[in-house]
Amino acid sequence: MLRIAGTEFSSRLFLGTGKFSSSDVMAKAIEASDCQMVTVALRRVDLTNPEDDIMSTLAKREYTFLPNTSGARDAKEAIRLAHLARAASGTSWLKLEVTPDPRTLLPDPVETLKATETLVKDGFIVLPYMNADPILALKLQDVGAAAVMPLGSPIGTNQGVLTDSMIEIIIDQAKVPVVVDAGIGAPSHAAYAMEMGADAVLVNTAISVAGDPVAMARAFAQAVEAGRTAYVAGMGQRNKQASASSPEKGNLSADLGFLE
Amino acid sequence: MNITLNGQPKMLNCIATLSELLEELALNPDTVVIELNTEIIQPDAYDTQTLNEADSLEIIQFVGGG
Repeated sequence: MLRIAGTEFSSRLFLGTGKFSSSDVMAKAIEASDCQMVTVALRRVDLTNPEDDIMSTLAKREYTFLPNTSGARDAKEAIRLAHLARAASGTSWLKLEVTPDPRTLLPDPVETLKATETLVKDGFIVLPYMNADPILALKLQDVGAAAVMPLGSPIGTNQGVLTDSMIEIIIDQAKVPVVVDAGIGAPSHAAYAMEMGADAVLVNTAISVAGDPVAMARAFAQAVEAGRTAYVAGMGQRNKQASASSPEKGNLSADLGFLE
Repeated sequence: MNITLNGQPKMLNCIATLSELLEELALNPDTVVIELNTEIIQPDAYDTQTLNEADSLEIIQFVGGG
């Protein structure tokens, strides 16, 4: 069972709630995914066209809400958003995102580390979104991050786990759970991350923009479970040279001697 | 009275408190969080929190996001 900051999760798939065509499709996809942790964002209320309240849509089931600080460009903005999120949700869970460049949406390592340190002291359960940098992962862990969330590839790109060799090192060193976040575009990407030993994956775009988001959510749930089972089962080593799967010794007749 | 609401200038007539403003905007207080001059206001203070000329108010809500 996955445990983050003392809370247990039977599902190792976390879902983002952005970009769904309707709140009904979102709710059904989340249900189909069997996930227990969902991310949400904070935005100014559009006073000319107020949106439906996402929390009341999601309140029908018991999810752990993971508000994010998306939009924050530095530590100061992220900390401000974190406090608003806690006031609005009553939860201390936080996906810390600091992305100064809207073109790449890559996380700022220096500001992320600063904000993590401050927010942990303020009592937040901080899960920082980070580049797949093993040294940064250790530093975030040292200042009290409850988990680390290295990216597979840039947000929303569906490019998969391009950072796999670095994520392997992060997993190898981490004392806190490793959640591969961002860029996971297909169930096979999620399975791959789980086979490597990731503790969980966070998926949004790949599900919300799928032709059938509800079916895709189910596919991701199956992939995450398959990948985790494979990791626990222990994967065979990769070899450069072939090694026969069928027995090499046998007592076949002389005319099949080439089989010996 | 003129305030800044979510980054836009807004003129308020006959509105004294945050509760009255939320009512005028038809917003459910349970679904928003409010920052007044960068200080978060607790919901139980909405009835008593008065607004003043040149206040800067942010009304924030949760939306879908990754």
